[in-house]
Amino acid sequence: MALVYEEAKAKIVEFINSKAKMKSKFYFNDFTALFPDEKGRDVKKILTGMINEEVLVFWSSGSTSMYGLAGAGKHAEGED
Amino acid sequence: MAKHKTPLLDQLESGPWPSFVSDIKQEIEHRYANPKGIDFQVPAECPDDLLGLLELSYVEGETHWKHGGIVGVFGYGGGVIGRYCDQPEKYPGVAHFHTVRLNQPSGMYYKTDFLRQLCDLWELRGSGLTNMHGATGDIVLLGTTTPQLEEIFWEVTHNMNNDLGGSGSNLRTPACCLGESRCEYACYDSQELCYQLTNEYQDELHRPAFPYKFKFKFDGCSLGCVAAIARSDMSFIGTWRDEIRVDQKVVAAYVGGEIAPNAGAHAGRDWGKFDIQKEVVELCPSQCIRYEGGKLEINNKECVRCMHCICVMPRALKIGNDRGCSILVGAKAPILDGPQMGSLAVPFVKAEEPYDDIKEFVEATWDWWMEEGKNRERIGETLKRLGFAKLLEVTGVKADPRHVQEPRHNPYIFWKEEEVEGGWQREISDYRSRHQK
Repeated sequence: MALVYEEAKAKIVEFINSKAKMKSKFYFNDFTALFPDEKGRDVKKILTGMINEEVLVFWSSGSTSMYGLAGAGKHAEGED
Repeated sequence: MAKHKTPLLDQLESGPWPSFVSDIKQEIEHRYANPKGIDFQVPAECPDDLLGLLELSYVEGETHWKHGGIVGVFGYGGGVIGRYCDQPEKYPGVAHFHTVRLNQPSGMYYKTDFLRQLCDLWELRGSGLTNMHGATGDIVLLGTTTPQLEEIFWEVTHNMNNDLGGSGSNLRTPACCLGESRCEYACYDSQELCYQLTNEYQDELHRPAFPYKFKFKFDGCSLGCVAAIARSDMSFIGTWRDEIRVDQKVVAAYVGGEIAPNAGAHAGRDWGKFDIQKEVVELCPSQCIRYEGGKLEINNKECVRCMHCICVMPRALKIGNDRGCSILVGAKAPILDGPQMGSLAVPFVKAEEPYDDIKEFVEATWDWWMEEGKNRERIGETLKRLGFAKLLEVTGVKADPRHVQEPRHNPYIFWKEEEVEGGWQREISDYRSRHQK
């Protein structure tokens, strides 16, 4: 079943908020687990849309990348 | 005049080798003198504070860098690596010291006007320090601040016909040897394949969705100028299916001393007369060469394409005519699970445009790894964990004796039920009619 953008987005935001007390950054696999019947590439399209809308931001250590809600979590001073 | 004393770093300038400390000091002087009157957008003392901070780390034996962050350009999840100093008051020039990776041109061919543009850009909007090239192969621009990132990106993409490279859990900037552009050993157009896959997989390069990093490297032949077999998760190494071409007259000229072996590479010392038996025949790893009666014979079926013989006598021996590449999977450096070389997955593919067979293999491999790979697990580790046979299964590559690295290391073949006639069920009475208890 094809993902509906707004529904998927709401589910992703709800998931992130439900974990907000424990962590602010998530691996890509955390989101594919939310949509077990969907292909990873389709989940990626949703996440890319949310990045473009500035709902989500990428976080990178340089070697690993993660996703988080814009403005959530600690950032280096001046970073945001 | 540099503001920090750096006695420990100064020691690194001694000895016969080039020193990054000397290079940075040169840039410190240049930025303070500022002969072109550049309106530096990053503090002029940036390289100066960089050396000061490094000296402090040498003294204390501790790093003062924090790495990682949300910095980047809009829509891109890679290409910029956030770096921050944890002593910003003492070293304000490197409070932000982000790295920008740019996609290097295939084979690293540059025009001087591009290099000038690059240096001008980095003097204005960065520290003036670059790393040509980083371990992955990118152009690495060291040290800038967050407000400069979009400006740099605009300039690079609009006026320099270039783009950011890969970092994080992305496809990393693909890298290739100079291939057919200059090299007679190239068995396929490594630059073209690199270019085509770079364009095809832009989304994977810029928007991270892999469990961890993934690197492509393209070697035109097994001599491996970019060391693809050791440095990339998926390596494309040129090879041929037919026979090494031998010109017996030229072999005789090598033996007779008319032509210097190894293209004259060992001319600095007297190594004695060329000995084809010792220097070629006995060094063949599969012992498939014979030199008798003035004739060189190669048992091509046993040849493992190491190309040693070709390197020693390049004018007499040439690569075959039926050329393409092998695809290997799983090389990585020792971070989690020790170093690994790539394992041969596709013994031969013609490597011709539009490269559909290669793309199919790549995508099937990625689909599997994205599904099964653990976070921060390289595909070589997934391969070890789930087995090479699984990769063959998901990519549709037929198992082949060339996949066996060490015969008799593991002599067991694990059949699946559907591969065995009658499955696992059997009539025990029928068995007992032939075998007593």
